[in-house]
Amino acid sequence: MSLQFMTYLAVGLSFAVYIVIAFWSRARSTGDFYVAGKHVHPVANGMATAADWMSAASFISMAGLIAFLGYGGSVYLMGWTGGYVLLALLLAPYLRKYGRFTVPEFIGDRYYSNAARLVAVICLIFISFTYVAGQMRGVGIVFSRFLEVPIHVGLVIGMGVVFIYAVLGGMKGITYTQVAQYCVLIFAYTVPAVFISLQLTGHPLPQTGLGGKVAGEGVYLLDKLDTIVTDLGFRAFTEGNKSTIDVFAITLALMVGTAGLPHVIVRFFTVPKVSDARRSAGWALLFIAILYTTAPAVGAMARYNLTNTIQASEVGAADANLVYADRPQWFRTWEDTGLLQFEDRNNDGRIQYYNADNPAFAERAESFGWEGNELTVDRDIMVLANPEIAELPDWVIALVAAGGIAAALSTAAGLLLVISAAFSHDLLKGIIAPNISEKQELRAGRAAAAVAILVAGYLGWNPPGFVAQVVAFAFGLAAASLFPAILMGIFSTRINRNGAIAGMVTGLLFTFGYILAFKGVFFEPLIANTPENWLFGISPEGIGVVGMALNFAVAWAVSLAGEPPPEKVRQLVEDIRVPRAA
Amino acid sequence: MSEDLSRHAYWRANLKLVLWCLALWFIVSFGFGILLAEPLNTIRLGGFKLGFWFAQQGSILVFLGIIFFYAWRMNRLDHRFDVDDDEPVVEPGVDP
Repeated sequence: MSLQFMTYLAVGLSFAVYIVIAFWSRARSTGDFYVAGKHVHPVANGMATAADWMSAASFISMAGLIAFLGYGGSVYLMGWTGGYVLLALLLAPYLRKYGRFTVPEFIGDRYYSNAARLVAVICLIFISFTYVAGQMRGVGIVFSRFLEVPIHVGLVIGMGVVFIYAVLGGMKGITYTQVAQYCVLIFAYTVPAVFISLQLTGHPLPQTGLGGKVAGEGVYLLDKLDTIVTDLGFRAFTEGNKSTIDVFAITLALMVGTAGLPHVIVRFFTVPKVSDARRSAGWALLFIAILYTTAPAVGAMARYNLTNTIQASEVGAADANLVYADRPQWFRTWEDTGLLQFEDRNNDGRIQYYNADNPAFAERAESFGWEGNELTVDRDIMVLANPEIAELPDWVIALVAAGGIAAALSTAAGLLLVISAAFSHDLLKGIIAPNISEKQELRAGRAAAAVAILVAGYLGWNPPGFVAQVVAFAFGLAAASLFPAILMGIFSTRINRNGAIAGMVTGLLFTFGYILAFKGVFFEPLIANTPENWLFGISPEGIGVVGMALNFAVAWAVSLAGEPPPEKVRQLVEDIRVPRAA
Repeated sequence: MSEDLSRHAYWRANLKLVLWCLALWFIVSFGFGILLAEPLNTIRLGGFKLGFWFAQQGSILVFLGIIFFYAWRMNRLDHRFDVDDDEPVVEPGVDP
């Protein structure tokens, strides 16, 4: 069986499973469509949340980021898991007790204002569309690499599959497909990692392999890795490059942003009880942690394998560098995609891979007759190329393709659902036409989901040049707008309508403006994106933290200057604080 | 003196528990993983430098522990203060 046939088989089978599940769990009411009828078991919800949360970025990009950032990649590991602690302790149980369908609905009710609800809807739509464009692109890339179809064809197939189960099944269909997708993606991620860890360190668990010794040598893997990369002028793997305050701010922004992402929060609306919501967050993090503790091992081992393949023995020795003509098969495959590029600057027919930006080492390199770094590696290929680099069997490679697609589709579906719910439930039923029947609302929800898929597909087809730059937006805006509004709505009875709206708008505008000023997006950046220019030394990735602080401060000041919220709102808050129904 | 079992006392007990849990959350990630990473890196845990381990493995494991611990303690609190939701919804309009 050829690799391509096997890949078609793996991807085709997984699609068939998703579609069968979609038919089996069709949505029959708005409750089914928005919150899966609140019948989801906490463990199943944990799995679905994990698949919902872990996107193409977690599956494909994160280990690659860690491979090249080393310790610097920790901001993503801590930031994208620590948010679940905030979610479990501060938000999920109370929002579950509130017991309605959407995040803007809570904000609208708690702050007795359609204006507040509208601001929340705008934040939600902006955050979710930014995110979903990246997912559709991820689907296209995996298709084009493994199934050798054009990116656009892959995109259309992916849209078709999401269309079937999101429109038909709503939240109910999405939930059970996500459970299946979690199984596919976690299996696909861990199997190659276990193989590679065994080959390299003899440990079957990648998590302990990372701290183990290199097989056949008495040296620890991480120490060896530090040595071989610093020998080539790179920063030691276990050391970071960012200032402490920036690492601090980015980690906190990612944590708070995670807790404030609507498609994650809404998953906790689907469990039967408040106590289930608390437990379910733990299960979600457990399922996420399986991947997130494996990723650093995958990253470190990939970096080790890559460096050793290119630089086979002592730096500077005449025959230490890989001869280009003898390059392995995976090298050729990835060269075809353009994600791996070689340029023989000194015409010696060998590959030199080193840090040419390090002046001290560049001098040494010159003395070896090297005339610059000759290899450019796109960090996104590390996970996808890993099984090939480690010479694993074809079925493992096919599995990784199915896993990458599962990760992208599951996240896309969750995002599309919150977008469609924001239109049909918050805008249409909530603000524009409160008198429509449940049947009409359900139909509107399905139509909105269909339109959202088309828009997402369009964004994936013509990715605006700024997709990659605006990822910071999604987390920054969630941290600066939705999270503080929800948190204060639960833990304070004093914050009133004007305070909440003023706080959200301040946090939103500040964060938006700061990122825009440094990243440009629609125009040339107004200020150079360098640490000297940053406020308090905080980069645009971490600025959501300052936006959040401003949101809290403004909301308090404005609320204290005005009247306390009406009695029925105080009662709502008192009520969501206890699990038992009144 | 009998124990204060009001909603108010329940909420205070919850807040106390939340604050303790968040303190731990902060210490393992922002403390051990970031602010104190450098001094901790002089200590070894097998092949790991300790600060690096907390940043890439340890903090995640502690996060997991925190959530399950909180869920367990809150269930006990719910029962002690008789506000749990283990029974199906009480008749509407009747205060428990």
